[in-house]
Amino acid sequence: MNRSTLITVFLVVAIVALVAIPVLFVPGEYSGSDGQAGEVVESTGYEPWFEPVWEPPSAEIESGIFALQAAAGAGVLGYCIGVARTRSKQKATNQN
Amino acid sequence: MHIAEGYLPPLHAAAWTVVAAPFVVHGARAAVRRVREEPDTKLLLGAAGAFTFVLSALKIPSVTGSSSHPTGTGLGTVLFKPPVMALLGTVVLVFQAVLLAHGGLTTLGANAFSMAIAGPWIAYGAYALVRAVGGSLGPAVFAAAFLSDLGTYTITSAQLALAFPDPTSGFLGALVTFASIFSFTQIPLAVAEALLTVLVIRLLVRITPDELRRLGLLRPAGPRETKEVAS
Repeated sequence: MNRSTLITVFLVVAIVALVAIPVLFVPGEYSGSDGQAGEVVESTGYEPWFEPVWEPPSAEIESGIFALQAAAGAGVLGYCIGVARTRSKQKATNQN
Repeated sequence: MHIAEGYLPPLHAAAWTVVAAPFVVHGARAAVRRVREEPDTKLLLGAAGAFTFVLSALKIPSVTGSSSHPTGTGLGTVLFKPPVMALLGTVVLVFQAVLLAHGGLTTLGANAFSMAIAGPWIAYGAYALVRAVGGSLGPAVFAAAFLSDLGTYTITSAQLALAFPDPTSGFLGALVTFASIFSFTQIPLAVAEALLTVLVIRLLVRITPDELRRLGLLRPAGPRETKEVAS
């Protein structure tokens, strides 16, 4: 393995570890920090003055839409990187 | 970093909207201009927007026993400068406000300011600083992504503290309360986001070095050199 591959492997392992270690070893409810901040605001007696225009009717639907967001992003990201790669490869071949 | 719908008093909501709007409009024009002048950058622009789209959808556990999500704005900032991210980040926030009831339309200005404006500018400052002192691309990108993520959540804490100062300890007391919810949770996530951003940049350096040179991330090569690298 050359140095560049080693760095790549290290980066991937570090990312996975950062995400996995909390879930495996730290007990907690893992509620969202956005929601916790909202609870602090509510504890001051504040009442929200505006309701969301539309809310996903259930947690399942909500997680589905989140998955859709991630999937759409990942799809476009992969497409763009793929096309960019092909394009620069073709450019390299044309110049030879 | 999403302040929920209706959770900022009307005056604050309006003020943040007024502050954020010019940045977003300017960003939209910057993005259009760039695509028109250099159509080849369209692919990387798409990649930068898509990266934010993915990362801000992922709720990730942290060592504090809470979960939160990265912002993904560091990559696009390093590639295209902050104004373009003001547009891309706001598009993500609108999607989440309308379809997920995550964030909100009344708080869109405040959320856009923290994630799509302040975060990218912090990222840009960090990137420029590391490069100026002679740091290479990897560490500069790491610093940019890490600080934009953490900075976004710190700005959110300040926005909430401004709106809801503690009755006894005031703004600073409230800032500590909100920052202790957001910032500690965010540190490991910001590190993970920064590592991932470095990973993507390394990939881009390998597959589209010409583009990165044009965007100023890699040192420009003379015409002969370019040919050698490409062939």
